[in-house]
Amino acid sequence: MTEGSPVVAVRGLTKKFKRFTAVDCLDFDLLPNCTTALLGSNGAGKTTTISMLLGLLLPTSGSIQIFGEDLLEDRFKILPRVNISSPYIDLPQRLTVRQNLNVYARLYEIPNARQRIETLASDLELNEFIDRQLRKLSAGQKTRVSLAKALINEPELLLLDEPTASLDPESASWIREYLRRYQQRRNTAILLASHNMLEVERMCQQVYIMSHGRIVAQGTPQELINHHSKENLEEVFIQLART
Amino acid sequence: MSLTRITALILRYIYLLRSSWPRVLEIIFWPTMQLITWGFISQHLIAESEWYQKAPALLITAVLLWDILFRSHINFALSFLEELWSRNLGNLFVSPLRPHEMLVSLTAISILRTMVGVIPACFIALPLFGLDIFGLGSPLLLFYLNLVFFGWCTGICVVAVLIRFGVAAESLAWLSIFLIAPLMAVYYPVDVLPTTLQNMAYCIPPAHVFEGLRELYLQQNFDTANLWRAAGLNLFYFFLSFFIFHVAYQSARRHGLLLNTSE
Repeated sequence: MTEGSPVVAVRGLTKKFKRFTAVDCLDFDLLPNCTTALLGSNGAGKTTTISMLLGLLLPTSGSIQIFGEDLLEDRFKILPRVNISSPYIDLPQRLTVRQNLNVYARLYEIPNARQRIETLASDLELNEFIDRQLRKLSAGQKTRVSLAKALINEPELLLLDEPTASLDPESASWIREYLRRYQQRRNTAILLASHNMLEVERMCQQVYIMSHGRIVAQGTPQELINHHSKENLEEVFIQLART
Repeated sequence: MSLTRITALILRYIYLLRSSWPRVLEIIFWPTMQLITWGFISQHLIAESEWYQKAPALLITAVLLWDILFRSHINFALSFLEELWSRNLGNLFVSPLRPHEMLVSLTAISILRTMVGVIPACFIALPLFGLDIFGLGSPLLLFYLNLVFFGWCTGICVVAVLIRFGVAAESLAWLSIFLIAPLMAVYYPVDVLPTTLQNMAYCIPPAHVFEGLRELYLQQNFDTANLWRAAGLNLFYFFLSFFIFHVAYQSARRHGLLLNTSE
């Protein structure tokens, strides 16, 4: 992979479940140091696409290149450089925050895991509850822990599904700012799936809107707003979702 | 294969055990209860049955070995179920942990949990029923290893079914080993079974193990043929269970089930 070349290059990506086409011939790139939003109504194909980007789901056809490697052939070469935070997957609730992070630091074979955990705990303000079991934390605290797990291997490709869903506005703003700084430091490509359009406008340089498994609109948030002659991205989304 | 990743997952299960004393108690409780219950039944049978008078320790040893087989199987499946219950499977499958590394971790934790459960029961057998399990030496160890190995094979098959069908197939983890238990001839000789079932029994390793155990106790003869037949069959079932796991894993990836393993 050369400098500036896409971190992820998706071509003709299609997933069919029997007769139902969940994802239909997608083409898109994710660039380094760029946050890209994948938007769409429920059932539009976002989760299916993300699952395929992680190698959890095999595509029916098409290709996914990540860091210049073919995901289907070199999945385990790619995965150490990727991570995800999603409300659809949890961490073990009976383990403490520190135990969870320790397990994942080892799974990602992080050198000097203890120091990495300390840094993350300090950065994401986990120290107050780091030795508490996950089941005893508030939803907002759990979100921060999930993010800490997603950043444990300092991923160059980070997939975030509703990263600030359970956070109050101040915490959400703080997390967004933290992610922005992290991205600049690591040159990370971030793929964001969110229904919070304000968040997308604030965080993303590129937006793909999906409907019925296809990309129906793409551009910067401002380009999409201008092109559809709307006030904000939420109005664009609603218009596209209704058509 | 990475030892760091394997130990990471083992550590995860040890953390879980440490966090929950009822889990540890449950591991120790059932083998001990089995031993005590069957120990007294066997004492009654020894008084009543000529067959058991020849080898009073046979029934208790059979009970313990059956429990070792059952524990190896269920502890393997239970550790995987913990991941399903905690909805952590997605995180594991997007990490660099390879499926075969996960199976090695499940095997290691199955050994640990089985040891924690069975060793206290073995020690209780001596003062309570005058049975020195360890006195049988290497033949018992070899029979034991064959049973543990078969427990892992059935455990791998259960994990394969859980990956493919999710938590809905949870009861299979408990049922499956009991479904084939009558063929294992734990408490009776294989020739008690109808001919068709006898043929089926000789296709699974535990039947050979328990036949060998009976010969060891009743004839004081260690028949290595039983041992080799069990080992050969185990090797076959080991490759078969890996094949089934691989098919289930690939099928789950085709159908998008690795993120969605709920009911």
